[in-house]
Amino acid sequence: MTEALLEVRNLSKHYPVLKRGILLQRKAAEIRAVDDVSFSIQPGETLGLVGESGCGKTTTARAILNLVTPSAGSVRFAGQDIVPVFRGSDRRAQLAIRRSLQYVFQDPYLSLNPRWTIGETLREPLRVHLADQQSAWQARIDTLLEMVGLEPHHAWRYPHEFSGGQRQRVGVARALAVEPRLLILDEPVSSLDISVRAQILNLLVELQDRLGLTYLYISHDLSSVRFISTHVAVMYLGKLVEIAPVDTLFATPGHHYTRALLSAIPVPDPGAASTRIALQGEVPSAMNRPPGCPFHPRCAAALPVCSREEPPLTAFGPGHRLACHNPA
Amino acid sequence: MAEPLLSVEDLKVHFFTRDGVVRAVDGVDFAVNRGETLGIVGESGSGKTVSSLALLRLVPPPARTVGGRVVFEGTDLLTLPTKALGTIRGRRIAMVFQNPATSLNPIYSIGSQLGEILLWHEPITRAEAEARVISLLTLVGITDPAARLRQYPHELSGGMKQRVGIARALLCNPSLVLADEPTTALDVTIQAQILDLLADLRRRLGMAMVLVTHDMGVVARMADRITVMYAGRVCETADAATIFRAPQHPYTRALLDSMPRIDHRYTGGARQVLPTIPGRPPNLLDPPAGCRFHPRCPDAIADCRRILPLETEIAPGHTVSCIRRGSQGIAA
Repeated sequence: MTEALLEVRNLSKHYPVLKRGILLQRKAAEIRAVDDVSFSIQPGETLGLVGESGCGKTTTARAILNLVTPSAGSVRFAGQDIVPVFRGSDRRAQLAIRRSLQYVFQDPYLSLNPRWTIGETLREPLRVHLADQQSAWQARIDTLLEMVGLEPHHAWRYPHEFSGGQRQRVGVARALAVEPRLLILDEPVSSLDISVRAQILNLLVELQDRLGLTYLYISHDLSSVRFISTHVAVMYLGKLVEIAPVDTLFATPGHHYTRALLSAIPVPDPGAASTRIALQGEVPSAMNRPPGCPFHPRCAAALPVCSREEPPLTAFGPGHRLACHNPA
Repeated sequence: MAEPLLSVEDLKVHFFTRDGVVRAVDGVDFAVNRGETLGIVGESGSGKTVSSLALLRLVPPPARTVGGRVVFEGTDLLTLPTKALGTIRGRRIAMVFQNPATSLNPIYSIGSQLGEILLWHEPITRAEAEARVISLLTLVGITDPAARLRQYPHELSGGMKQRVGIARALLCNPSLVLADEPTTALDVTIQAQILDLLADLRRRLGMAMVLVTHDMGVVARMADRITVMYAGRVCETADAATIFRAPQHPYTRALLDSMPRIDHRYTGGARQVLPTIPGRPPNLLDPPAGCRFHPRCPDAIADCRRILPLETEIAPGHTVSCIRRGSQGIAA
């Protein structure tokens, strides 16, 4: 087996909840936004990271990039643990990692500077990472625009002159500017209309094949995850509950939460067999997380042990791991 | 056939902006029968939300309804005096809004903002109103409704707020509910709960519903009939099965094809490519002449640039506006 490009081990991000006293603050509780999450991505693969709002998928991505400092755990990128690098002060080493790991944001309306032309936006990563190759910048910008399906003259325009789909193309071009190896795509198509969504999904697949990219694709939209991913990881309340190759996960989900999540998606086919697993109640607040398996209060197959012991992530089939005491 | 509960004819809503007149809704027809759910689908800017707001004369300036008729239970709502419209709004036709966090008033308790509606519309006492609010909160699956009366919106979760929004719509036993993207702001498992609730309430109360959404999955599950809108006009209306199994309008087909499907395998063999619709929706300040979809349409012929297609019935209950499918049209 080849070496994983990204290997996340026991990654956690905990936030203290502070109560203000008369003189001092004291820690009243802890929110475990990301708790003991482990997964790896092989070169050229796409891991879809799914879950509902507040499950920790974006925090996981941010912790990988050290945009929030992880509380614990390791993140190995191409064999190197990058958490200590970011803790340290070697700016050059940090930049080298940032260059290989780029981020595409959800909202192309908020993530582009409205006062910069597209050319300036694309020049910025080059200025940071390739300062010594200034003569090559312009050619690079033209290539980038062409790569994402825009024209060189678009470099002179401002974000407000573009539609949502075109802005997201700029967002992708900016991430690709410094030739990264791994892209973190955080809900890249959620704010786009259906007909434009397909265009961007196709672009992402095409670029992946052409440039040999590896993706971490974060989304709550399971249809697009099915289309783009080779593997899927499901999170619930900060925990990774199941991870499997894409067809395995959609055909034979093992975790009861995954099953309920998949069955909740309305299929665009009237008269589709309704085998919905109704979930009672809502996701509990991360402040008072249930003991044991975080999903047990809403789980139809819960055993007494589920409220006492947290199930570890264990092998369930080839490449398929899940955290459940009583899998389906 | 019985008279429909609501029929919209040639509705036109234009936005009078500094840059010119935006024809956001430009000659839209649809009808809703008693007890039926009509799904209106389309992408942003297709005019689906503006159409539904125009039914109750709620379009905000600079938009103005400039033409058409909205006939509800025999009366045209567009010409009704405002006072008479007040007895229909919220009482005979109620609305469920997209974002439950902003459609409830944050400074009134649940009990007082729901009770107010009843006291306004019905000649009842405070105690009777409170009893009715409690019974409706129970109906929409809110536990311990008596205690919720004194709670404020911020104390409820998103799903709970949307349940309150639905209870509010049902207070006066409306015969028609307009629901504009009622589950878009919610997570999928909560969305499934709310859709189940709406389907169940519709069955039990026999009300009709207009469900405005961009999500084809949601209409497939909820709607009896579906109207597909594009750039301010209706492309196609038919029963749900026909729209999904035998769509006729090229836009409906392209839209359905371009969605990734959760029940489809994309792995194995060469990487797959989603069929896409080239280009993007037109600017309605200056919409294309003829059929508004023709610049993006794979089936367009020269006449499409010249002739505005009209909705024409091509099979019982199935209307299409596309001259390639035999629709009538008027030359520009």
